[in-house]
Amino acid sequence: MEMRPGMDEGLRSELSKQGIFTTTLEDLYNWGRKNSLWPLGFGLACCAIEMIATSMARYDLARFGAEVFRPSPRQADLMIVAGTVTKKMAPQVVRLYNQMPEPKYVIAMGACAISGGPFKQGYNVLKGIDRYIPVDVHIPGCPPRPEALLHALMTLQSKIEGQALTGKDRPRHLVAEAPAEYPVPEQGEHDLVPASNPQVWHPPSVKRQA
Amino acid sequence: MPNEPHPYLFIVLLMLGAAGFALVPLALAWVWARAFSPPKPGKNKQAIYECGLESKGDAWVKFGSEYYLYAIVFLIFDVETVFLLPFAVSFSGLSAGAFVAMIVFLLLLTEGLVWAWGKGVLTWR
Repeated sequence: MEMRPGMDEGLRSELSKQGIFTTTLEDLYNWGRKNSLWPLGFGLACCAIEMIATSMARYDLARFGAEVFRPSPRQADLMIVAGTVTKKMAPQVVRLYNQMPEPKYVIAMGACAISGGPFKQGYNVLKGIDRYIPVDVHIPGCPPRPEALLHALMTLQSKIEGQALTGKDRPRHLVAEAPAEYPVPEQGEHDLVPASNPQVWHPPSVKRQA
Repeated sequence: MPNEPHPYLFIVLLMLGAAGFALVPLALAWVWARAFSPPKPGKNKQAIYECGLESKGDAWVKFGSEYYLYAIVFLIFDVETVFLLPFAVSFSGLSAGAFVAMIVFLLLLTEGLVWAWGKGVLTWR
């Protein structure tokens, strides 16, 4: 982890040994944010069943403060894309993402949401939601077990914890020139138009040996 | 005596404390939001409909006035049953006046049924 401006780490650990806990406003803010993620109640396919199981008593998502599934995107800050995103559904997913208030995060849950999964060769399934919206955590699996979703949530929590509010690594919504919304794809003649958003989609390029 | 504070001063102080307790967090949240949550409105974000789909057409749709017939037939068959059941249960203990009142009520509803029948509401088209 990079050194943050403000307090000296040595002094901080010395103080905490003496029972004096110090923090910064940024750490306090991130601590509050990471422990009160409100997911959008949003299931697309069978992964949603695992997501529902995660929120129930056995796996108990409430331990992480993330059990408040909101029926409206206006009140949610975490979108769990749980399941197959068909090309019919993709514009709605992007529109819902646009309607969520900042700062917002996305977990792509399951093989379909991250890549198209078993339907990758099909004509009607989007090959990964990260073509249109920025995804923070990808979970493989078909479907992933609830433990995998919990792990993704913890990964996201550690990401939020390390987010700086100032400097060049600050979140997108604090960058004044960053656009407020991502373009919503439309149904074209053969495929969604555009087929991906070059702002967020950076596919790995194949390098062949000569 | 002139040096003693006003007896109601404590109440005023408590009221100020209570108002501050409520308002200071709100003010802090407002200041924080100004700095770290800049508003970013957009066409999708400002949309009224929030289920992901775009709304189509006008909200000022017309309802057919002939739906009142369904309301009347509902009254005859459903509300009548609600009154018929207690009527049947306490039938033997009813006074003559209550009996006559119930019969009048039934006759009124039957008249409505005859009228609706006459208008052809019960015919399936």
